[in-house]
Amino acid sequence: MSATTTRMSAATLPRISARRRRTDQIMRGSLFAATIVALIPLVLVIYYLLHKGLSLWFTSGFFTTDPTGSFFGSPGGIRSAILGSLEIVALATVISIPIGIGVALYLTEYGKDGRFANIVRYFVDVMTGVPSIMFGLFIYIVLVVGDFGGSGYAAWKGAVALALLMLPIVIRSSEVVLLLVPSSLREAALALGAPRWRVVFQVVLPTSASGLVTGCLLAIARGMGETAPLLFTVATAFGLTFSLGQQMDTMPYLIYNDITSPRTAIENIAWGAALTLVAIVLIFNLIARLIASRSRMA
Amino acid sequence: MIPPDTTSKEQTDMSTAGSPSPGRAPADQDASKRHAVEGKAGHAVKLKDLNAYYGTQHAIKNVTIDFPANQVTALIGPSGSGKSTVVRCINRMHEEIPGARAEGSVTLDELDIYDPNVDVTAVRRLIGMVFQKPNPFPTMSIFDNVAAGLRLTGTKSRDLKDLVHRSLQAVGLWEEVKDRLNSPGIGLSGGQQQRLCIARTVAIEPEVILMDEPASALDPISTLKIEELVDELKERYTIVIVTHNMQQAARVANSTVFMLEGEVIEHDETNKIFTNPNDERTERYVTGKFG
Repeated sequence: MSATTTRMSAATLPRISARRRRTDQIMRGSLFAATIVALIPLVLVIYYLLHKGLSLWFTSGFFTTDPTGSFFGSPGGIRSAILGSLEIVALATVISIPIGIGVALYLTEYGKDGRFANIVRYFVDVMTGVPSIMFGLFIYIVLVVGDFGGSGYAAWKGAVALALLMLPIVIRSSEVVLLLVPSSLREAALALGAPRWRVVFQVVLPTSASGLVTGCLLAIARGMGETAPLLFTVATAFGLTFSLGQQMDTMPYLIYNDITSPRTAIENIAWGAALTLVAIVLIFNLIARLIASRSRMA
Repeated sequence: MIPPDTTSKEQTDMSTAGSPSPGRAPADQDASKRHAVEGKAGHAVKLKDLNAYYGTQHAIKNVTIDFPANQVTALIGPSGSGKSTVVRCINRMHEEIPGARAEGSVTLDELDIYDPNVDVTAVRRLIGMVFQKPNPFPTMSIFDNVAAGLRLTGTKSRDLKDLVHRSLQAVGLWEEVKDRLNSPGIGLSGGQQQRLCIARTVAIEPEVILMDEPASALDPISTLKIEELVDELKERYTIVIVTHNMQQAARVANSTVFMLEGEVIEHDETNKIFTNPNDERTERYVTGKFG
């Protein structure tokens, strides 16, 4: 070693070629351009929503009255649509979340890498990719056509369709979160003599609670904005109703109806409702992020 | 593996390992006072022709070991020699690993642990376990961690506070945490967490405590505390400890088992294993010539 006398300097290493510098700049430039192209529609959507819809928020009765359905008179507000959407999504949540978390628990705690569990995982993946209108069609064929439960269109049928849509999302996100619970905690509990169900309820679920809530909120946000499963399951109504057995007004359906109206006043209602829907979904997402960032997973 | 100058030190340590060392006598008296369970005879664990598998891999081969009551038995051997697997077979945690199974007999006194009529959760309450990495429950406070064993088994205890107090005292953690019992268990240092985990095990009042390298993730001072604790706990429990640290085995164990490739090579008084083993392979291992 002592024999080596050459000292390291800038001349020791080969210089970076001009071609390499040029390629680097071109690649960086094109990646930046791709980002901008992706951002343009996002910004425009938000701009148009604010531009066309924000003024509606400040017209009297927008949030406090129901749509009148009259073409020539006052178009009314969107109260029944907001409440209808919330009610249907609430029911869909009550259906999909216990089942979804249950399936995820089965996959992580019992099925593990077994044959059946992997088949279930495959079908859940397929369900995630099914177009949302298929869930509406399925419920239409099964529940609406035969007037199941005494009437054709009904709010609860839409909730079932939404629940089917939300289910794979809940299962997938919950499974990921449950797998994050360190197996050393399960072992610690089992070694104390705990039966498996207590391990699940007293160790696994509390440890993963915040992650589970985050996943569920994202599923709810997704269900909130879906139109297709409601089109021919709930149909629509103008007035306020809380009865899940009847047709009900919902945000996506109201937007779908009103935006095609030739009368500007009604078309504007659609923009105001769209902005409101985005705001609601955004709130759910924000809450989900807040909980996720606060979560402490050991 | 062992620096050459420790040999003489080791021998002095070993000469005191079997009988209570004078330096530790006060702690021992303390311990017997704390537990104050009069006439509590310990229970012996016996393995006979135990074979354990992971899928097709034959991890434990015809292992027969007697773990005498109220003694510390150390399992030593290179990585992959099956020490941990043996320990996990004793409280039937081995079978929690998918594809793993065990054959042969494990008895606690007269009780056959693998009897089909035996409830596995009851077995694990009799035979507690401490893991290599401290694993307190992150969602639980210090108090709840100690009480976890009871809550997780649905046991109603009239005097939970007293039990938590006694368990934390038994592991020497009470003075350090008595003012923050409601703060989270994962806020403690690594050594404190490990003692918390031992307290959690002590709280279910087992008869046997299995320790799978309990100090290998800890600093030397915390390690010393754990070793002193092991020495105290043998008053009341039968202890099996897996360790990679041969000085540790020499310090805490009454007898030592040397394992290699899933087989027991030698089981004898700790003193003998480290000074005058019968098998050449044992000698080479304890003197650091392989492994």
